Amino acid sequence: MAKPATRPALVQAVPKSPTGIQGLDEITGGGLPRGRPTLICGGPGCGKTILAMEFLINGAREFNEPGVFVSFEETIDDLTQNFASLGLDPRPLAARKKLSLDYVRVEPNEIQETGNYDLDGLFIRLEHAIDAIGAKRIVLDTIEALFSGLSDTRVLRAELRRLFNWLRTKGVTAIVTGERGEGLMTRHGLEEYITDCVIMLDHRVVDQNATRRLRVVKYRGSTHGANESPFFIDESGISVLPITSLGLQHSVSPSRLSTGVPDLDEMVGGKGYFRGSSILVSGTAGSGKTSLAGYFAEAACRRRESALYFAFEESAAQITRNLRSIGLDLEPCLRKGLLQIHAARPTTSGLEGHLSAMHRLVEEKKPRVVVVDPISNLIAVGTSIEVKAMLARLIDFMKVRQVTALFTSLTIDEGHPEGTDIGISSFMDTWLVLRNMDRNGERIRTLDVLKSRGMPHSNQVREFLLTSKGLKLLEVVRDQGRVLIGSARAAHVAVDALLARRPEKRAPRR
Amino acid sequence: MSPKSARRARKPGKARAAGDGDFYDLRLYIAGQTARSLAALANLQKICDEHLEGRYRIEVIDLLERPQLARGDQILALPTLVRKLPEPIRKLVGDLSNTERALVGLDLRPRSPATS
Repeated sequence: MAKPATRPALVQAVPKSPTGIQGLDEITGGGLPRGRPTLICGGPGCGKTILAMEFLINGAREFNEPGVFVSFEETIDDLTQNFASLGLDPRPLAARKKLSLDYVRVEPNEIQETGNYDLDGLFIRLEHAIDAIGAKRIVLDTIEALFSGLSDTRVLRAELRRLFNWLRTKGVTAIVTGERGEGLMTRHGLEEYITDCVIMLDHRVVDQNATRRLRVVKYRGSTHGANESPFFIDESGISVLPITSLGLQHSVSPSRLSTGVPDLDEMVGGKGYFRGSSILVSGTAGSGKTSLAGYFAEAACRRRESALYFAFEESAAQITRNLRSIGLDLEPCLRKGLLQIHAARPTTSGLEGHLSAMHRLVEEKKPRVVVVDPISNLIAVGTSIEVKAMLARLIDFMKVRQVTALFTSLTIDEGHPEGTDIGISSFMDTWLVLRNMDRNGERIRTLDVLKSRGMPHSNQVREFLLTSKGLKLLEVVRDQGRVLIGSARAAHVAVDALLARRPEKRAPRR
Repeated sequence: MSPKSARRARKPGKARAAGDGDFYDLRLYIAGQTARSLAALANLQKICDEHLEGRYRIEVIDLLERPQLARGDQILALPTLVRKLPEPIRKLVGDLSNTERALVGLDLRPRSPATS
């Protein structure tokens, strides 16, 4: 701080060992400290073991760094089975000597202490395992089990200190896991010995929804994201969702695709949405959001593109039935398999569960078009900042894949339709606002384009009808500088028609 | 905890004195010829001479020479004495300088409730 200009940065950044875990490398600025131990702590079931195993598997697969997993709690068979079910089967890597698993059993009842001892046996085992495959990474999960087997904690503590120092001189990047203790990060205060990097995991239940969080508590010699970041675990392992670090590096497409409503195409530059863009359709209850979403999906199917519809409010059958009432038949799309509807109550799984399911399905089905109806319902499963982070991730993820996505959002406050509660509008390229106005005893539906990046778009608030023959945008009718809507428009049109002496042409009836 | 206390409760009530007539197959794990290793071996030899004359076998395993053997008997601390026979397997950690505890660990002396 004192003389920043005169002294160039001589201090080398801490060398890092990438975890290969999505998001974690972003938060830590490249991974865990290379050649040093990192403590990962948290309560039972928080994902410590999975994170540690993924660190090893990614290391062996992607970075040519063989690893040793030393389990103090689970047998090799149990461990292998658990991880195989997560898509992290260690066996193929073990067969190629890229990974080795060792189970160190600490059986309290078997051990009688009869004098002075040290933990050289453990050291020798670890060294043997490391040297056998030339390991660069090691996991000790969880070494605190030693405290249950050996009663002389004074010796044990001195030996643990020696162990971590030995690992440093050995130059292996280590993950040491520890269970959270009362008032301590770990039960036996391992944080006292491992000060290079400490990561805390948390698995908490808020309003009956389980969410996982990760936080880098400290990282000596390196900057790091200090916030809690949501993370989730699915078949492809762990994904951390850093809230702040979003890369905007996806390529953009100049090609356009129809909104499904020709009149609406006219309003957004005459050609429809950009491919790979994100569209927000917000509006109050019953304002026609799902109808617009339905048109969008159906148009994709007509182009013979696959569409994925995530429904968080209605079942698939309900959506198809309701859309049929406005003359939109999704049945053929569903039958051809071009359209797939995935309906789920937002509360059926935690936030990370939804995101992971959506990621997975988009990855698997490779749709060109995705609908999330409505995104506002996900608020039910998380507080705002999480929904925002989750959305940002999902949007980024789809943009990278050039998937065009339409999100509907329920506006609670009639007066301020722009105040979308999740604050997600900045992620959106096109924003359509639907209103359901109550005027002089009649309900009038209007639609306008609040924004549409990169294209000329209409600035008019257009009235539209949902009829049995479909969604119809009405021509703008002006009278003395005012845009007329509802029955005022109908009356005006009728008068015009009379004046034109063409009584057979009637105003559209609602 | 419960298996331990169950065993404690059962042992003293056993009819015959522990270890009577059984053959003792013992393995002493060490790492190099350190003072502690040598002490452990000397202490073990003394116990065997006094309590197990003619019915024991001691195998010394130096893990510096054969590190792969640490896995089989789940060795962590050194020195460790493993009683392979008679069953059940018993593990004694340390240099056996506490003869009382060593005898209890080998079932050559009944466990008193005070011994932990």
